[in-house]
Amino acid sequence: MEFFEGLIITIAASVVFAIIAPVVGCLLAGVDRVISARMQGRVGPPLLQPYYDVRKLMGKEKVSVNTVQGAYVVCAFIFACLAGGIFFSGGNLLMCVFVITLSSLFLIMAAWSSRSPYSEVGASRETLQVMSYEPMVLIFAVAFYMATALILPLDGLGSFNVSSAFMLNVPVITYVWPVFIGLLFILTIKLRKSPFDLSMSHHAHQEIVRGITTEMSGPTLALVEILHWCENVLFLGWVGVFFIWGTWWSVLIAIAVALVVYFIEILIDNNFARVKWQFMLKSAWVVALIGGVNIAVLAYM
Amino acid sequence: MQIIGFLIIFPLIAALALLLIRQNTARNVIVYISGAAIACGSIVLAATYMGAQAVYFEFASEIVDYLCTAVSCICVVIIVAFAVKYKNVFAAILALIQMVVVLYVEFSFASQMEVEFGLYVDSLSVIMSLIIGIIGSGICVYAIGYMEDFQAHEPETAKDRRPTFFAIMFIFLSAMFAIVLSNNMSWMFTAWEVTTLCSFLLIGYTKTEEAIRNAFRQIIMNLAGGIGFIVALWFCAAQVGTLSFADFLSIGINNPQIVAIPITFLAFAGITKAAQMPFQTWLLGAMVAPTPTSALLHSSTMVKAGVFLLVKLAPLFLLNPIASVMVMLVGGVTFLLCSFMAISQSNAKRVLAYSTIANLGLITMCAGVGTPEAVWAAIFLIVFHAIAKSLLFLCVGTAEHHIGSRDIEDMDLLFERMPRLARLMMLGIMCMFIAPFGMLVAKWAALVSFVNMDQVALILILAFGSAATFMFWAKWLGKLAGVAGQPKNVELDVHVSEWIAIMLMAILLVFACVALPVISAYMVEPYVVEVYGFLGQDISFDNLFIASICVVVVVIALFAGLGRSKARQVDIYLAGVSKDNEKREFQNSLSGQTVATARNWYMNDIFGEARIAPVGVIFNSVIMCCAIVLALVGITLI
Repeated sequence: MEFFEGLIITIAASVVFAIIAPVVGCLLAGVDRVISARMQGRVGPPLLQPYYDVRKLMGKEKVSVNTVQGAYVVCAFIFACLAGGIFFSGGNLLMCVFVITLSSLFLIMAAWSSRSPYSEVGASRETLQVMSYEPMVLIFAVAFYMATALILPLDGLGSFNVSSAFMLNVPVITYVWPVFIGLLFILTIKLRKSPFDLSMSHHAHQEIVRGITTEMSGPTLALVEILHWCENVLFLGWVGVFFIWGTWWSVLIAIAVALVVYFIEILIDNNFARVKWQFMLKSAWVVALIGGVNIAVLAYM
Repeated sequence: MQIIGFLIIFPLIAALALLLIRQNTARNVIVYISGAAIACGSIVLAATYMGAQAVYFEFASEIVDYLCTAVSCICVVIIVAFAVKYKNVFAAILALIQMVVVLYVEFSFASQMEVEFGLYVDSLSVIMSLIIGIIGSGICVYAIGYMEDFQAHEPETAKDRRPTFFAIMFIFLSAMFAIVLSNNMSWMFTAWEVTTLCSFLLIGYTKTEEAIRNAFRQIIMNLAGGIGFIVALWFCAAQVGTLSFADFLSIGINNPQIVAIPITFLAFAGITKAAQMPFQTWLLGAMVAPTPTSALLHSSTMVKAGVFLLVKLAPLFLLNPIASVMVMLVGGVTFLLCSFMAISQSNAKRVLAYSTIANLGLITMCAGVGTPEAVWAAIFLIVFHAIAKSLLFLCVGTAEHHIGSRDIEDMDLLFERMPRLARLMMLGIMCMFIAPFGMLVAKWAALVSFVNMDQVALILILAFGSAATFMFWAKWLGKLAGVAGQPKNVELDVHVSEWIAIMLMAILLVFACVALPVISAYMVEPYVVEVYGFLGQDISFDNLFIASICVVVVVIALFAGLGRSKARQVDIYLAGVSKDNEKREFQNSLSGQTVATARNWYMNDIFGEARIAPVGVIFNSVIMCCAIVLALVGITLI
């Protein structure tokens, strides 16, 4: 039963992802805070500060504004881990994209369930953010497929499977660098970095800071934090996959690129003021259209 | 073959009984029993022919031919009578034109042209029969309770016209069965016209000024489509030399040139019926009718007849570039723009209507692409849309009667006011737009087929349209999800027939999502293989399997996981001292009381109807005119 095997691998990978990604994500978050502090001329907290924060949240009393919010957040976390498992076990890229969208939806519903006006504003904005970046994310998956179709010696058929990247002679970035840049643009939205941190932010000067998580506290808030760490790892994985080809050391290049991209995101985060949603929607969609031009070129190659 | 006869004739008998017996309890019993019988009939049909090759039945009868012509004429007479009564010249003229063409075609060509195999069953008609038989009858059962409430809201003096209402619903089912099971295209046309007339009568049921206006809009657009259909039959008979649908398809595959004109006109007929732009207004107008009507029109009948025809023609679109481009673009533009416009609507039924039109656009797009993968996707879109949309309509209808509004803004706290209904509504909404549910799996397959055909425009349309879809469903979902305090539960007196129908749809939905790999293997793939000889690159089985496991997780979370938390409950933060959490009232800085209010986003200046609708109407009209002119002057690009 080949497909049962595939299923077990995916589930096992999701469990492994659920353990490793928080560790990596936590370190990345720590690095983010140190670098941000240095950019602002401060010393900043210790590297493990995000871990200390979450541990403290975990120890707090369970308090909630209703009986459903926690369940939504747990669902969001489970599906984020599943998306990570699918991606890092070499599974289907589209499936990964869809499952992570499901995870975002559960987080949005958690915010809405509280009926706090601040959470609702955050949830509305988060919905709008999803609408802004979703076209580009789909185009990213399609571009990956079309690029593999051009590179793989398989008579025009490509693959959505992440694992097929290891069968390439050249990395997909050679064909789809405009899509890569487009992905970087919407990555700022997905990583909730300023100027696109509309739904929730870690900059205390914004008009609405916590948005979605306004009414979350204690262990629930800790889980949201861990969820973001996992998401960040997954998104950096998307960045890295552009640079993978049929050698083992391409993984090192991919990791290096992902780290550089992460640094650039921190730089952007510290240098831009929050924009209005109109600008976010329009610019993200224009970027997606440029990605569309890229795949149109691939279609005629 | 007896079972086909049963499916077509039995609903007519039920309709007659409903017209004659006017006593309430008796009517309810008849509806329950006939609904169950029709559903069982369609299941027997499915069990007999599932996964088999297409079976054609030798059945030709001049009596049926004349009967069909007579029925077409009766339809026209009824329409003209209404047109005279309400002084609508345009509808009368169109109806008369149609009658002239019908009689001309019937007596000059069709009478000499015998179709030996009048009826058939293949996997697609099995699927359609299941949709019509189970979902259609489920909606009829739902109507028992709904119409009782509806009648109670009418003034005392109003005449009880429920017998007519139920009779038309059952005639509708019969006509739909005839469309999906007839191989004789002139019979199919008659059934096609009967559905047009039935929906005209159902939309105008309330006889308000608005209802009459919208009913006439529907009839005018669909008469135009009907004329397209009969003109196509004319060309079929004159140029192709057959009125057998199966022969028509096989001749078309071997010699695409010869069918270029008929398929363009048939596609036009399908597009009008499927309410694609520029004809979207008839389906939006149909919202004035009682909710069971909307549910029936949107989910299992009427619009599904349109896309059924397009999906049947899909192999020919693959060979006819002009017709294919017309269908793809009309469907694509409709999908994209109607998804945008749905964002700007706050009326729940209008959101559902726009989403229906958008999804039909997606199905149309897939039919236009015409590859095996696209047809696979189109069939699944039909199945899941039918189930999920009927569930949603029934939920909205019930909610409307109990909270007194169909505005999404009034659905605040529905999660606690109508706990079961809200959860079912959430399930229906999630199925419409999010992985791992069926609709999204079908969209995924559609995306793969567009990618394989290098249809970049369609990929972009799908990407942007899906993003808009996320927006309008998620914000509705959010409204439902709100929980605060302990509002009064108002769903205790929901009529039992409504619960039966709603639960039926919900169970079907979960079943279809979880059993998707099985449905694919036993019902959809056999059809695709039979038509094309091969399957194309499908979504691999293990991905489908992961999706169905995810469905189980989400359903368990929705129905068992929510509301179990033991955490200490506190008030929400309202920038002041909370006074009444349920009303979101707080004490402001001047020690007064302030109520916090929040509304969903509608972004009317970006996604408003006034701004977007004209673009689609003009674009699609031009595309269709060009395609028809090119077909008529004989440019086929083959």
